[in-house]
Amino acid sequence: MSNPDERWQLRLYVAGQTPRCLAAFTNLKKLCEEYMDGNYSIEIIDLLQKPQLAQGDQILAIPTLVRKLPQPVRKIIGDLSNTERVLVGLDLRQR
Amino acid sequence: MATHLRRRKRLSALAKVRTGIAGFDDITGGGLPRGRPTLIAGGPGCGKTLFSMEFLVKGATEFAEPGLFVSFEENQQELAQNVASLGFDLEHLVERRLLSIDLVRAEAREIEETGDYDLEGLFVRLGHAIDQIKAKRIVLDTIESLFAALPNEMVLRSELRRLFRWLKDRGITAVITAERGAGTLTRNGLEEYVSDCVILLDHRVIDQVSTRRMRVVKYRGSVHETNEFPFLIDENGFSVLPITSFALTHKASTERMSTGMARLDEMLDGKGLYRGSSILVSGTPGSGKSSIISHVVDAACARGERCLFFPFEESQMQIVRNMRSLGLDFDRWVSRGLLHFYPARQHQYGLETHLAMLHKKVLKFNPRVVAIDPVSNLTEIGSTMEAKAMLTRMVDFLKGRGITALFTSLTSDAQNPEMTEVSISSLMDTWLLVRNLESNGERNRGLYILKSRGMPHSNQIREFILSHQGIQLLDAYTGTAGVVMGTARLVQEERDKAEELKLRNQIDQKQRELASKRKAMDMEIEELQARFADESRELETIISAYRLAEGNLAEQRMVLKDVRQSQRNNGSGNGKSGGMNGGQYGSIRYNSRKERARVQSR
Repeated sequence: MSNPDERWQLRLYVAGQTPRCLAAFTNLKKLCEEYMDGNYSIEIIDLLQKPQLAQGDQILAIPTLVRKLPQPVRKIIGDLSNTERVLVGLDLRQR
Repeated sequence: MATHLRRRKRLSALAKVRTGIAGFDDITGGGLPRGRPTLIAGGPGCGKTLFSMEFLVKGATEFAEPGLFVSFEENQQELAQNVASLGFDLEHLVERRLLSIDLVRAEAREIEETGDYDLEGLFVRLGHAIDQIKAKRIVLDTIESLFAALPNEMVLRSELRRLFRWLKDRGITAVITAERGAGTLTRNGLEEYVSDCVILLDHRVIDQVSTRRMRVVKYRGSVHETNEFPFLIDENGFSVLPITSFALTHKASTERMSTGMARLDEMLDGKGLYRGSSILVSGTPGSGKSSIISHVVDAACARGERCLFFPFEESQMQIVRNMRSLGLDFDRWVSRGLLHFYPARQHQYGLETHLAMLHKKVLKFNPRVVAIDPVSNLTEIGSTMEAKAMLTRMVDFLKGRGITALFTSLTSDAQNPEMTEVSISSLMDTWLLVRNLESNGERNRGLYILKSRGMPHSNQIREFILSHQGIQLLDAYTGTAGVVMGTARLVQEERDKAEELKLRNQIDQKQRELASKRKAMDMEIEELQARFADESRELETIISAYRLAEGNLAEQRMVLKDVRQSQRNNGSGNGKSGGMNGGQYGSIRYNSRKERARVQSR
């Protein structure tokens, strides 16, 4: 499903369509467009539908964004409204 | 009224779920509150994880309640290894879908917070894991790690509150572990959220001896024991020892049991000890205390009764060897499963743990006689007060089960043996004292009964001798020179025998003397009587002669009188004329008596 050429592989864990989850998705989309230059893929996982997937990525908080690639794996929790912190979390900006 | 009653009934019947952990269900009156969270707090290494895991394993194996273990700290392999040492085969349970282990890892350095969030992920995850095996029990070990991993404590706290509520709503019995904090029950104040039942585990070291203890701090809606209870973690898992000083309600048996020493039985009202009583044998080193209780144990085994022996000074082999020299064959009792030894050094565990061990072994083996040799070693571990408290509980426990308890206690030569053990002796029903009595360059063993409740008993000191035929009790020699034993006894016996002989001879002699004196006296009496008879005969003859003479005299007088009468009638007129003349005569008599006497004499 994911293209190995894509530099950014992101996975967003949500639980149903809560306003917070929707906000996270919108924020992520915007951010990717802006900083990743189309070189990314986003996989949305709704834990209400696939609860078994929570274990694999050790998901506790919702929403959680997992950066699968580039390595190392990073986890960013929250609705991604704080863009600065998201960029730091994704290593797009120095801490 | 009816509603009130019904409501009361409903309230009092707080449903509980049995943990299956030995002893724990006793102190909590049935286990943990069903469908509610329970907090287990304690310092590191105090057994929180083991307690929780056993709760699940027992639930799965004994009560058909599948359980979910959520670990926030260890990985699955570590966890399996840790509990495998307790004999839990987790993999097998997992395969049978009776147990599920979920490892939740959250590391602060991997997590960046970028806005609002909640812990729905955790809820989903737990919910899923619970549904998978239809879990009735859950353990969260240790959920506090989230405080380190998640940056926003406010969110975490509100989510934890929601989590516990959620678990309650699902009717799951939860155990939540937490690290003990400084001055507080838990480091992060989890007790604020989990307040139905709080249990504190403690692992403390006093005088280099560690003791594990447990206390039910709180149990909403239920009565519970408030004391601290010792607990053990060993190859059979966790066991709490509901040992408290029970009320003095144990039944007092009237059944008697022989001590295996006929003479000692005789001293004890001829019937021996009361079954289920506590017996103390105290004495100086080498006075034969162990030998005495070994005899009692041997006699019990010979009757087919099970005995537990807790030696604190000798190994099993050593005891068996030593007792063989007294003619006791302990090996055969051991091989028949009647006798068990549990040797331990007193410093191996704390007092509580010793008690706990004893408790456990007794429950498992179900003996009729328990021997502890010597109990004085236990008093070395703690303070006298602690030791007494522990012994009280030990004695109560054993008595409560009708087990005869034998204790030995070491007293030093210098001390007055009756003074030093006041602290423990009051717990004892029968107290035998063995003493080395030293005299004439010998040590001899003397035994006496200091007390024996509920029976008249001998007040005599008996000498006792250890030989290949076992213990022999002899009458200590009590002669004129006081109590003597050993060689001196033999010597004194001989001496007294000679003395006796001499006396007997003297008595015989004197008796003979007496007899001869009596004989002499009798002879004298006879002689006197004979002489008296002679004399009395003689005298009687004389008397009768006199009587005869007297009779003759009277006769003569009468004759004379008659003669005189006839003379008067013939000469100077009759008596009447004479009377007239008497006036003259009378006047003379009136004038002077002398004259009359002169007249008469004329």
